[in-house]
Amino acid sequence: MAEITHTRQAQTFSLPVLGRVSVRVVVATSLALWAIAVIFPMVWLIYSSLKTDQEIFFSPWTLPQQPQWENFSRAWDKVHVGQYFVNSMIVVIPGLLLTLMLSAMSAYILARFKFPGNRFIFYLFLSGMLFPVFLALVPLFFLVKDLGMLNSYEGLILVYVAYSLPFTIFFLTGFFRTLPSELHEAAIIDGANEYQVFFRVMLPLAQPGLITMGIFNFLGMWNQFVLPLVLMSDRSRYVLPQGLSFMLHQQYYENDWSALFAAVTIIMIPTLIVYVIFQSKIQKGITVGALKG
Amino acid sequence: MNKRKYHIIIPFLAPSLILYITFVLFPYARAMYISLTKWRGLTPNPEFVGLANFEQMLNDRFFWNALGHNVGYLLVLPIVTISIALYLAFLLTQGKVRFSRFYRITYFFPQVMSLVALGVLWSFIYHPTIGILNGILGLFGTEARIAWLGNPDVALGAIGVVVIWQAVGFYMVLFIAGMESIPTTFYEAARIDGANQWQVFWKITMPLLWDTTRTALVFLAIGATDMFAITQTMTEGGPNRSTDVLATYLYERAFLSSQFGYATAIGVSLFFMVLILSVFTLRVTQRESLEY
Repeated sequence: MAEITHTRQAQTFSLPVLGRVSVRVVVATSLALWAIAVIFPMVWLIYSSLKTDQEIFFSPWTLPQQPQWENFSRAWDKVHVGQYFVNSMIVVIPGLLLTLMLSAMSAYILARFKFPGNRFIFYLFLSGMLFPVFLALVPLFFLVKDLGMLNSYEGLILVYVAYSLPFTIFFLTGFFRTLPSELHEAAIIDGANEYQVFFRVMLPLAQPGLITMGIFNFLGMWNQFVLPLVLMSDRSRYVLPQGLSFMLHQQYYENDWSALFAAVTIIMIPTLIVYVIFQSKIQKGITVGALKG
Repeated sequence: MNKRKYHIIIPFLAPSLILYITFVLFPYARAMYISLTKWRGLTPNPEFVGLANFEQMLNDRFFWNALGHNVGYLLVLPIVTISIALYLAFLLTQGKVRFSRFYRITYFFPQVMSLVALGVLWSFIYHPTIGILNGILGLFGTEARIAWLGNPDVALGAIGVVVIWQAVGFYMVLFIAGMESIPTTFYEAARIDGANQWQVFWKITMPLLWDTTRTALVFLAIGATDMFAITQTMTEGGPNRSTDVLATYLYERAFLSSQFGYATAIGVSLFFMVLILSVFTLRVTQRESLEY
């Protein structure tokens, strides 16, 4: 009996505000309004991307009379979204793999091995998170230029990796510390060498941490804007955000708005699909990543 | 064993260290020096001028103009974003709410999009002829044709709205995570003591959420000193420098007017501002941490 009243109390407690009709209306309206504010701009973007320029200009609200699919092919070819997309892939995929590999190796060492300078190196990596990237822009530009890597994919990849290391190492070091040390000993007794212990035992165990950092760094690199803006001035090598920004500024002279709407839609749809499928992992990846920082 | 462990330590650490020192630490250190020089990038060696760049900065009204906009963002964005995020998080944690999962997924989505893509999308929305914002205002009887990004009086606010719009979902998720980790026994105890919902929120939820709120404040404050991607995309600092921020001004000085020494000096002041601001925010908001 006591059990029953207890649960009922907990239940009525969690809903007290919602009990009154007026409050319930306020709650529902607030939530719905913010949802509309988030969704409507994107819905408008998507259906506008199927309109003609005339329709976009003279009736911004209406649905397309006839869907103009060729807006998308124009965006992909003539406005070069396809090329920017490929460029982004060329930079982000190796950048991400290299970041995860190098960070995991360094984090493993910093978490599991005692040697003089261990703490110093750890804090040296952390110190990189203190500075705003804008401080580095000028010296970085000249450094990459002196290395002959301006306008090169390799240059941008190395820079992306270098700037992703501090946080990724910090996060993964914490992760490797939580793994039981008996595993290491057991593997050594079984005759594995240190490399085998890392690649066969520790790395697979670190998978959840690697996934979190993978999501976090993928979004950071995919959406990166200021670094490519400074280091990639050759238009045929622009990455997506850079290309998109360029297209917008170009539109004021060229007036092919329908292709531009289609271009933004092309960029948004894959993100949306991936997000909806993996949303809980992504939300965790970003917020956990941020909270540790 | 003791000697052999270096056979793994060195090859595992060296690549990261070399990359990190070359592309991150070295540029930051060199920036400190470049900020004390005059350099147009044509000669290999910058000319040392001491603190001249910083003196110039004090008399540069464009610098103060940009700084003023950062301060404006700093005063408005964190408080508005946190208020809306807290409100939505609070509503979504009150027992069973219809479509709660849908709302959480939706609100967060702008966070995964690039600020550039969102900047382009909102440039369409704000556009005086093709945009829908004027149309929406028309429904409420204001028949104004405002060029939101073309009018120096409103452009800064228009950019601020986009940033709030995209950030709220993220902070809401942070707050929900914090709220859900508060033990329900606390609420039950308050309930037995006869506290109403308002009191529960201010006396239990908020104090226990204080650490999350501090983190949010620091993030938002640092964000307000940046604002580069969104500003560069939507207005490039215009019209008439009405949306210029330190980051866009630095970029312009460096890469459009080749004043590399002066631009880097702006970077150095930006760095000290971020540092002071973070320490200040954490100090001011410091309270006895509540363990639970």
